[in-house]
Amino acid sequence: MAKVPMPKEKWSGAITSAALGDGSVRIGGAKGMPFLAFEDPDMPRPLLAGEVVDDLEDFPSIVLDFFGEDAEDPAAWAQRWKEMGADLVCLRLLSTDPDRRDRSPEEAAAVARSVADATGMPLIVYGCGLPEKDAAVMEAVSAALAGHRSILAYVEEDSYKRISSAAIANKHAVLAFSNLDINLAKQMNILLSDFGVQREDIVMDPLMAPLGMGLEYSYSVNERIRLAALNGDRMLQVPMVCDASQAWQVRDCAEEEEGLGDPVERSAWWEFGTALAALLSGADMLIVRGPYAMQLIKEAIDDLGGGA
Amino acid sequence: MPTAIEYFKFLPKTNCGECGHPTCLAFAMQLANQKASVEECPYVDEEAKRTLQESSAPPVRGVTVGAGEGSFRMGEETVLYRHERRFVNPTAYAVAIPDVLPAEQLKALAQSYLDMSFERVGMTFDIDMFAVFNASGDAERLRSAAVALDGMCSKPLMLIGAGAEDLRPAAEALQASRPLLYGADKGSISSMAALAAELGLPLALRDGSLEGMAELVEAARGQGAEDLVLDLGSDSMRHVLERNTVARKASLKRSFKGLGYPLMNLVGSGEEAMKLAMLSTMKYGSLVVFDSLEPQQALPLMTLRQNIYTDPQVPIQVKQGLYPINGPGEDSPLLFTTNFSLTYFTVRADIEKSRIPVWLQVVDTEGLSVLTAYAANKFGHEHVAAAFEASSALESTSGPVVAPGMVAKMSGKLEEAVGRKVLVGPMESGSLPKFLKNLGV
Repeated sequence: MAKVPMPKEKWSGAITSAALGDGSVRIGGAKGMPFLAFEDPDMPRPLLAGEVVDDLEDFPSIVLDFFGEDAEDPAAWAQRWKEMGADLVCLRLLSTDPDRRDRSPEEAAAVARSVADATGMPLIVYGCGLPEKDAAVMEAVSAALAGHRSILAYVEEDSYKRISSAAIANKHAVLAFSNLDINLAKQMNILLSDFGVQREDIVMDPLMAPLGMGLEYSYSVNERIRLAALNGDRMLQVPMVCDASQAWQVRDCAEEEEGLGDPVERSAWWEFGTALAALLSGADMLIVRGPYAMQLIKEAIDDLGGGA
Repeated sequence: MPTAIEYFKFLPKTNCGECGHPTCLAFAMQLANQKASVEECPYVDEEAKRTLQESSAPPVRGVTVGAGEGSFRMGEETVLYRHERRFVNPTAYAVAIPDVLPAEQLKALAQSYLDMSFERVGMTFDIDMFAVFNASGDAERLRSAAVALDGMCSKPLMLIGAGAEDLRPAAEALQASRPLLYGADKGSISSMAALAAELGLPLALRDGSLEGMAELVEAARGQGAEDLVLDLGSDSMRHVLERNTVARKASLKRSFKGLGYPLMNLVGSGEEAMKLAMLSTMKYGSLVVFDSLEPQQALPLMTLRQNIYTDPQVPIQVKQGLYPINGPGEDSPLLFTTNFSLTYFTVRADIEKSRIPVWLQVVDTEGLSVLTAYAANKFGHEHVAAAFEASSALESTSGPVVAPGMVAKMSGKLEEAVGRKVLVGPMESGSLPKFLKNLGV
């Protein structure tokens, strides 16, 4: 028999593993490059978060058609995701935007609580993207979800103190955002550590650029982050979250156009392609918007032997 | 690859200069950098040449299929991760055509695939190859189907049959078009490899185990078949990822020659096929063969290939020009940005989100982003004015010009240069919808 050398790496580092929700869900824990059972026999299963928004303006109709009336109620929508096998809910409190409904932090926090109560799943919660408003919203959300460990999204280099403090106060994790750069990603984690956030309470989002809109940059930044972490860089050994829902930002994802085929199926593959690139480059958790993509991604993780 | 010192050992060390290099050591350095060939030295003996050529063979052999316009190359990869250098020869996609189809249907099916073509960021995506499948079991039928397909397009063909005798008539008829023969297994390796060697054609081998495959490779090479493509099976995503990774790593990191060939997957059709195809595209697959492929699958798949095979040192650039977004009229605002694809796509998506009609002038900044291009003096007011000039933007529109917030500094000079009011837009593209709404146009 020809002897094929088994090129197994001896990694010196591992990704932190942290409990979420009531403790039954864990994020992170990888000890090798993604889905290579010969490197990491107990490889953890990446988590899937189903996206729920509390304001439907500009939201893609393909997704709304699927969820129907449940899309009007975040708790009912989240429950649908649970039935479809999601591990978490990604709740975006878009209604807090002053240009939308300008909902108060307290009202928004009550929505987050209702989702947690209805599903029992941990949440990753986003505001509307305006730093001042988001900080106030996250403070309210942090208190409302006390005892139900979730992820507060997101903190950046120039605005992290209030949200990080809110997370520390109620033992939540924070999502550290950086813009497609391994050094910035590391810098963010150092900044948060120096501020007093425990490493187990940090998850990072190095920005997953979607298929057809810069995916290759993210694919390589993610790979470099994961390789550096496995090679022992402690400040990069935190779980990575990738937002596959950004695929819907790409024009060819779901638009109706002659010659491009069925937009419902195309959008599923567009988001799936983004998600698979994220998984193969090191994502420990994905945010998913489309129900068909969610199904495909779940099957792919099964087929890749994730968590086996 | 041998190092300069390893090359140096085989050189005469006389510094005679007959090779055109000043010293033997200088020549050795050039050899190690693949900038010279051992043939240039008249004093290296034949045996040393063979030894050196053997050890300097690329870790993944390059294999060409087809001849002429539509031909393509597979393999020749040198890295595991694209950031290390780049992936070289993009994954090719083939669709199967069964030889049992009546001539007219066969042509119609092939034509429907030839018509499936997409334009994306200056590149045309289409099917790379047809796989003619000997479903009839009749060698003559395979030959006539293959000849018909070869006659209607310049795409390379793959000939799929159970044994050498099934493939022979088609392979002989199309020898000049260099089809890929598929596929030799343990039972048929001897006759298949002999046929491939006799006709000088590339041959695909199939075996689900790495050891079994390495033995097939040895057997094929023993018969003189050198241009090989390996099918390690496509039964699950897990196996494709593991086998492709081990084969590639063993070739690149352990100099193992037995699996140093392009890898291929036969994926079938439907959802399973797409999942495997996307995986294979990212993880070392050179050729993916479908039973069928629809446009709503092909576009995302081919976009993925374009992304993954982009040279990390050369960003994708958008063509300079004036782009209408959301159906602008003459008095719609005129925005401008750089031709770095990531910048362009982000700005475009944000404008689309606003639903406000806008003209977007893309300025050629050699693929640099806004701030980098500005700092490198490739995105000054004079460059913007020249781009407006080239696209006649100022003649065909009358709305306000909007400069990216990051380069607010240029607004005064640009105003002078173009003779029109220049407004300063937001610092971040994400704030464009709000900015455009407040413009009230």
